[in-house]
Amino acid sequence: MPPVADAVVLSRQFDDAEQQRSAADLGIWIFLATEILFFGVLFAAYAIMRIRYPEAFAVASRLTSVSLGSINTGVLLTSSLTMALAVRATKLGARKASIALLSATLALGIVFLAIKGTEYYLDYRDHLVPALNFSHPGPQAGQVEIFFYMYFFMTGVHSLHMIAGICLVGVMIAMAARRAFSTAYYTPVELSGMYWHLVDVVWIFLYPLLYLVSRS
Amino acid sequence: MTTAAMPVPRPYLDAGFSLWSWLSSVDHKRIAILYAVSITLFFFIGGAAATVIRMELITPAGDLVSAETYNKLFTMHGVIMVWFFLIPSIPSTLGNFLVPLMIGARDLAFPRLNLASWYLYILGGLFTVGALIAGGVDTGWTFYTPFSTMFSNTHVIAAAAGVFIVGFSSILTGLNFIVTIHKMRAPGMTWFRLPLFIWSMYASSIIFVLATPVLAMTLFLIAIERFFGVGVFDPALGGDPLLFQHLFWFYSHPAVYVMILPAMGVASEIITCFARKAVFAYRSMAFAVLAIAVVGFLVWGHHMFVSGQSIYAGTVFSILTFIVAIPSAIKVFNWTATLYKGRISFHAPMLYTLGFIGLFTIGGMTGLFLASLALDMHLHDTYFVVAHFHYIMVGGAVMAFLGGIHFWWPKITGRMYSDSWARFAAILVFFGFNLTFFPQFILGYLGMPRRYHEYPPEFQVLNVLSSAGASILAIGYLLPLCYLFWSLRYGARAGPNPWRAKGLEWQTSSPPPTENFGATPVVTEAPYAYADAAGG
Repeated sequence: MPPVADAVVLSRQFDDAEQQRSAADLGIWIFLATEILFFGVLFAAYAIMRIRYPEAFAVASRLTSVSLGSINTGVLLTSSLTMALAVRATKLGARKASIALLSATLALGIVFLAIKGTEYYLDYRDHLVPALNFSHPGPQAGQVEIFFYMYFFMTGVHSLHMIAGICLVGVMIAMAARRAFSTAYYTPVELSGMYWHLVDVVWIFLYPLLYLVSRS
Repeated sequence: MTTAAMPVPRPYLDAGFSLWSWLSSVDHKRIAILYAVSITLFFFIGGAAATVIRMELITPAGDLVSAETYNKLFTMHGVIMVWFFLIPSIPSTLGNFLVPLMIGARDLAFPRLNLASWYLYILGGLFTVGALIAGGVDTGWTFYTPFSTMFSNTHVIAAAAGVFIVGFSSILTGLNFIVTIHKMRAPGMTWFRLPLFIWSMYASSIIFVLATPVLAMTLFLIAIERFFGVGVFDPALGGDPLLFQHLFWFYSHPAVYVMILPAMGVASEIITCFARKAVFAYRSMAFAVLAIAVVGFLVWGHHMFVSGQSIYAGTVFSILTFIVAIPSAIKVFNWTATLYKGRISFHAPMLYTLGFIGLFTIGGMTGLFLASLALDMHLHDTYFVVAHFHYIMVGGAVMAFLGGIHFWWPKITGRMYSDSWARFAAILVFFGFNLTFFPQFILGYLGMPRRYHEYPPEFQVLNVLSSAGASILAIGYLLPLCYLFWSLRYGARAGPNPWRAKGLEWQTSSPPPTENFGATPVVTEAPYAYADAAGG
């Protein structure tokens, strides 16, 4: 094992490593709070529309691909596990394990996006994309279209966050490969992990709201 | 407290003289200057739009500009003044400069993020100015649907993108301040030894981080809906345009408190200094700003009394709005009590601040008129509303901003300006402001609606008075630009503490060195420990 105690780079505004670490910690929590309010707008809009048009939302939800959505939920939850293990490995100074686990997280993130893309293609094939080719028989067409608008908007914004997360994990892999982390300094991995988990938590709410409205 | 009796270190202003040394600086003090220059620029762009508006309204007929141009003018005036001047004004300039100094830190917690915030601000500004040059936007600063999503033929998406981006500048500034105030305080600087300016920055930052994301996503929904022609605000599909108003005001009402809370912080610093007294009831002042920030999140529906929202919702929002007036009133009473038996001197910062208290009180009281359900039916969307919020935003926030600039100018630049010119400008602004906006209360009460470029002839006298006042106000705003610039070269050296003020920022040299303090200060006394109070 290489020596690690001297690996902390202290920025000039901080007095010690502990102050620097706890500042970064508080910073990411506040950032995650802003993310929750960011998504909160979409959840609020969804809630209002669903309360207003429960039948149309039930009909529309059954048109989503629940099997792919469920697989994706499993993929994303697994990626959170590998992420959590990666953070732990980094803390313990197990560099190879950390790189392997981060790479697994990255791969699972890409698998998630690939499956999501497949779903989008199937939706396009089934004429479910608002503004492009939406068509739905029956009197509830407009309301079903609103459901799919929310579906694409919410999963789209979530996917943008996934892409940002994948880039972040990529940077972490590169940093780990350059031996940037040590048992004394692992803040970037920890913060990336928290971001990754938040994006996962958002999906945990999106999945039942979009795929499971009236399936039994 | 310790005072650094060291050889005078190099001031932050001398840390580099090239343009790049400014554009790449992560020093919070230099970033504050970057913001000060940029928001001043936007202030005068927004002011130019207001000038044309007031010129148009001198005559009842719409003869100077067309109705469409007029719509674009008040939209650009609102968008620029709200997002590119008022919201960033005190936090980004004075806040950036003073938060680390006042708590005894070397810098904000995240200096590079701070610089990134400024670049985001400029990027957002470019989008908005781009929309302006490309032909403007006519939705009003409120972007109400379905007009903004379906009917307007102007550059809504570019303007919304500008506001979206500048929102992230606010979020990151707020995040930076919260972490800094939590984690970077000097030894002995406990929460209840913090200057009230810091408390006001803390409360504003909470609003920045919790309200701005809502605006960002709402504007994103607008842009997507407008681009694709389908969306959740579209009534043709069963969507709800009023949902937009709820989301918009969930941000934009707290945003009003982002404009006034920092102003309250500035006022508390200046009044204590020029009354030579500790602030009356310090803790109630600190809790009042937090209460305003929290309750301010629960009052947005008072913008929607005539939108068809349920009477029960309207009643609750009305009551909550009355409740938010209580902490505001506590602050006004406490400032007044601070003046009582103080040894008051009327330097320019104090004149601005006394003006602030009076104008804020009028603005706040008329807000209660508008919070009354029945009265709002009559006054909604009239010039009464316009006068009310200008008393808060201009009479309150801009007066305090100017007061703060005059108060800390010696600290920021190391130079004194001409106090008599500054006092003259303060009085000019006060009179010009009242002449501009008091007639608008009467116009609104008589029924003149806002956002029209022509009006019935019987309203002309009051409109001419208002336009005359606006020209005085314009001179009042241009004057400081002249004598403050003059002072940069010819002003007397200020010394560390020209006002004999308390607070850590006055213990270091003027202008402060890049690292702020020679050694980390240790705080041993309560804030505002002015010993020579009560005629002493």
